[in-house]
Amino acid sequence: MNYTEIMVRYGELSTKGKNRKSFISQLAQNVKRVLGDFPAVKIHADRDRMHLLLNGEDSAQILPKLEKVFGIQNFSPSVRVEKTMPAIREMVQTIIKSAYKPGQTFKITSKRSDHSFELDSNELNRELGGAVFEVFPEISVQMKKPDINIRVEIRNEGAYLSYETIRGVGGLPVGTSGRGMLMLSGGIDSPVAGYLSMKRGVEVEAVHFASPPYTSEQALQKAKDLAAKIAPYAGSIQFIEVPFTEIQEEIKRVVPEGYLMTVTRRMMLRLTDAIREQRKGLVIINGESLGQVASQTLQSMVAINEVTTTPIIRPVVSMDKGEIIEIAEKIDTFELAIQPFEDCCTIFAPPQPKTRPKLDKAQAYEARLDIEGLMARSMAGLKVSEITESSEYDEEFSDLL
Amino acid sequence: MIYFDNSATTPIYPQALDTYIKVSQRIIGNPSSLHDLGNQASRLLEQSRKQIADLIQVKSNEIYFTSGGTEGDNWVLKGTALEKQTFGRHIIISNIEHPAVAETAGQLAENGFEISIAPVDERGFVRVDELAKLIRKDTILVSIMAVNNEIGSIQPIQAISDCLADYPAIHFHVDAVQAISKVEQEKWLTPRVDFATFSAHKFHGPRGVGFIYWKHGRKLQPLLNGGGQESNQRSSTENVAGVVSMAKALRLYMDKKADKPEHTATIRRYLIEALQEYPNVTVFSKETPDFAPHILCFALKGIRGEVLVHALEEKQIYTSTTSACSSRKKLASSTLHAMKVPDSLATSAIRVSLDESNTIAEAEQFMIIFNQLYKKFSVING
Repeated sequence: MNYTEIMVRYGELSTKGKNRKSFISQLAQNVKRVLGDFPAVKIHADRDRMHLLLNGEDSAQILPKLEKVFGIQNFSPSVRVEKTMPAIREMVQTIIKSAYKPGQTFKITSKRSDHSFELDSNELNRELGGAVFEVFPEISVQMKKPDINIRVEIRNEGAYLSYETIRGVGGLPVGTSGRGMLMLSGGIDSPVAGYLSMKRGVEVEAVHFASPPYTSEQALQKAKDLAAKIAPYAGSIQFIEVPFTEIQEEIKRVVPEGYLMTVTRRMMLRLTDAIREQRKGLVIINGESLGQVASQTLQSMVAINEVTTTPIIRPVVSMDKGEIIEIAEKIDTFELAIQPFEDCCTIFAPPQPKTRPKLDKAQAYEARLDIEGLMARSMAGLKVSEITESSEYDEEFSDLL
Repeated sequence: MIYFDNSATTPIYPQALDTYIKVSQRIIGNPSSLHDLGNQASRLLEQSRKQIADLIQVKSNEIYFTSGGTEGDNWVLKGTALEKQTFGRHIIISNIEHPAVAETAGQLAENGFEISIAPVDERGFVRVDELAKLIRKDTILVSIMAVNNEIGSIQPIQAISDCLADYPAIHFHVDAVQAISKVEQEKWLTPRVDFATFSAHKFHGPRGVGFIYWKHGRKLQPLLNGGGQESNQRSSTENVAGVVSMAKALRLYMDKKADKPEHTATIRRYLIEALQEYPNVTVFSKETPDFAPHILCFALKGIRGEVLVHALEEKQIYTSTTSACSSRKKLASSTLHAMKVPDSLATSAIRVSLDESNTIAEAEQFMIIFNQLYKKFSVING
């Protein structure tokens, strides 16, 4: 069945007050971006729901994309037929034939926006129920919670029929909570943190530190692939590659072994904050989970966090590893995250990192670095690219495949 | 020249050949090398995997590259046997399987496994009821071809899938070499199918390369060990040019899919109707929806298949015998024998296999030549 229209019901937007309009506007914008491959689709975002007019585009390809858009509670594809009883009856029968399994119950719910239509709602329900009985005489009607609810709406331009309500991801439209910089490593936790932030409306940009030749091209690609996995929830995501080699080498040269990790993390946070400021973000997001590794003890967090007053959001801070993995599997990042392309080199990993670093010591060791110079050169080398779900296809090879 | 042996191999598409040459010359790194050239080859390999996965609507990580259908079949059978032998040593195949499956099962039988053979009916379809009776507690694998390569019968994969739904631990393998883009995919790649094998030179790709579909979550042991390529499952430096060329060929082949079955079916229908006019001709491939549109198998009574193949060859028409005629030893595994066709008739069978480039005009020419040969052979048969 190829649908004509999709009716989208909003998530938490329903509770918003005067800012509702901007939420709806953002959602419409996000849907438009997500459906960028389907230029004929027209979006009508009303106060209570959104209508997507497909105009001939393939609904089978569009429906899965909507399942990932935050801010959508659920949605119903519908098919439009001409506003005549024979056409409506025929479509009702087509729907019930494809939807019905023995033992299921059904109901017809009719509504007329066009009040000049020949039958009223009750008459429509009766007439169309009869059409169903013609096809499946043994089927049962059930008014409360039927298995199949065929909705028929008579509008001015035609009759719209639907029976499916597909569950969306809920949440808030990405962008309604402002922008945040996600510190994206190649691991399991940070993509999950990005996803959870997007769910609450944050427009996430991915910041990834690359230290060639110590980190590989494959590790960078892995981070981009992870970004591509969460990009569909917003349509696309900005990927910011931060050159970090010189900084790592310099830290290695002048900082005592036990504080390598702490000082490295402080530099990463400073850079992320500078990027945030440059790109007008409001927060920093990372995948820290309390107690998991040396850099994620409370003492470490205090020592690292001190370099900025920007809020840092840690969506997975209180989660067990198993809980994080569960989400990673749900959003399909887990298998990718466990691939063995390391995003940091053992040369820079201290054998015995400080799990309880002292802030004053970190500051003292750091004073040996030319922080401003190092940061300026790194910021000058940023590479920004847009990642979408289909970014995997290299233009370089288009003539070969 | 009239090429009517497409089920044996197909000519490589010019575009696929172009890709093969370009990749061979331009993408010179080993995908496992850490440098840029290796990385470039690796990326191209992964894009090929994704393209193939998208074309048959599975996940990228469910596609593994091989050297062709035979390796794929060997891998699924032996990989299952090695992996699951502690759970059971019983394998079921049909009595019309391609030698790549049948001979592999034979080897396993010599190494401690029990092979049960599910029979086909007189039209060449696996008897699902008989197959069900063969299932035991220690059955670990059922392997059934999607489309019979000799007569074109489309096997009841959905019915077998329904039967195996009650036995979730059994691996279900389908050799899909003759099916892809010729027969609707839902008929042979059901959700219950765990493994499927493919070969590029059956869809205008290069020889020496193929792939298997391996459902995520199922387990096989590797057939090839070594450098750990294909996620440690199929070691050996990848055939990058072959793989990319295969992905290109499959994309082109499936693009032509819309009208291909109807096209070949039209030609086949013409041939069937024409051949049925001859009293000494028996047509085994029926004109019904459960036969593949591209394969026609018939026998000319009293004339051995290889004689007819060579006689046609002299007129630049290329066809094939069936396995019934390959050698007497193979007779026992031939499809026609399994259908209980008498030996004298089975050994007279030949196969015409079509593709989108064949034409009605070629079929008409074939019939003109066949008519001449028929008359000549009639005199000989007295």
